[in-house]
Amino acid sequence: MKKINWLVVCTGAVVGLAALLLTMLGNPGNMGFCIACFLRDISGALGLHSAAKVQYIRPEIIGLVVGAAVMALAGGEFKARAGSAPALRFLLGAIVMVGALAFLGCPLRMVLRLGGGDVTAIAGLLGFIVGILAGVACLKKGFSLGRAYKVKSAEGFVLPGVMVGLLLLLLLAPGLLKFSQEGPGASHAFWAIALCAGLVCGALAQKSRLCMAGGIRDAVLFRDLHLLTGFVAIFLVVLVGSLLRGTFHPGLAVQPVAHHDYLWSFLGMAAAGWGSILLGGCPLRQLILAGEGNGDSAVTVLGMMVGAALSHNFGMAGNADAMTDGVFAPGGVGTAGRIGVVICLVLLAVISLANLHKEERV
Amino acid sequence: MIDARGYACPMPVVMVQKAVKDGAPQRLEVLLDNPCSVENVTRFAGNNGYTVEVRPEDDDEYTLVLTRKS
Repeated sequence: MKKINWLVVCTGAVVGLAALLLTMLGNPGNMGFCIACFLRDISGALGLHSAAKVQYIRPEIIGLVVGAAVMALAGGEFKARAGSAPALRFLLGAIVMVGALAFLGCPLRMVLRLGGGDVTAIAGLLGFIVGILAGVACLKKGFSLGRAYKVKSAEGFVLPGVMVGLLLLLLLAPGLLKFSQEGPGASHAFWAIALCAGLVCGALAQKSRLCMAGGIRDAVLFRDLHLLTGFVAIFLVVLVGSLLRGTFHPGLAVQPVAHHDYLWSFLGMAAAGWGSILLGGCPLRQLILAGEGNGDSAVTVLGMMVGAALSHNFGMAGNADAMTDGVFAPGGVGTAGRIGVVICLVLLAVISLANLHKEERV
Repeated sequence: MIDARGYACPMPVVMVQKAVKDGAPQRLEVLLDNPCSVENVTRFAGNNGYTVEVRPEDDDEYTLVLTRKS
């Protein structure tokens, strides 16, 4: 039996525990962490979109990037690199975000939703796996976004610097920002706790290379399960924690910030999975790589923020199911969202085909 | 020799995997420039019947020498 990488398992467990803690302390249900939702909230707080219910500077995101940067600097792994198809990466970041927000969650939140008993997320998981398989097929055919190159250190500090700037805005000039008065954006843990949770998880994710998409990709492509153990650890910790807290509500109806539009959950997460493989990692991994000095991942994160803004400005994001006065109001993905997801899948096919290369050797 | 410098994971491992599948070479040198790729290629090679010698080079680069176990 292959050796278990306990650092990956421990990182998954800590991310799961942090997610449970953040939910207990105010974050929305099954949303201790959600890279897609939290980048969307930050976009809203900066006025990039005007969806009033999802606007807040999420300190978790700041912590993840800065925690990764600190760990990378301490470990001698901070390297400023860039130049690997930045415009395509920006577009892919936006595509991943449109897909994830149709589903209502990034791959990490998908696991948290499953751990909390949200059976509707299974459609997203299946779509995510199919998207990853499509991405793996592209890798096997020679897909590559090309090499990155060493650049001046300042390039590597851009996203960590932006994150520190966001924290300063949140603490010193909140009047410049938009904040939700109700809805998911108004539900959040105290900023310092959220920041610390992000810092710890970011540092551990940098060291362990935790990646939701990478876990399934490596299992399929290399028969290597070590990253997948982190994925499983998050699920198990959240499952056990939810059972102990009495917040495990298995079922299909009215799950926290979720809908039961299975086909479009499937297709949205297929786009997110496929895009993540082409990018080399899931949204969480992009934040961590940007913290390590990767300018291409920083551009990807900015693409994700723009993708989030477009999702809400054009009505493409999914709407959650709701229960009002005992009356069930179904949510789902509207016409604009369905068109958006289909366009994303077409773009992924075009980008994949346009970047097939023959093997490079010297 | 495979020059995987500048490529983000999983590309270096994909390149090594292709070389191994194409001809199972007795010896293969891989140029890398980040620790994550070194870990991943080392793990892949170890799982596929190779011993790995990691030679740190100048300028944060590495040469990995993969030798097929007899």
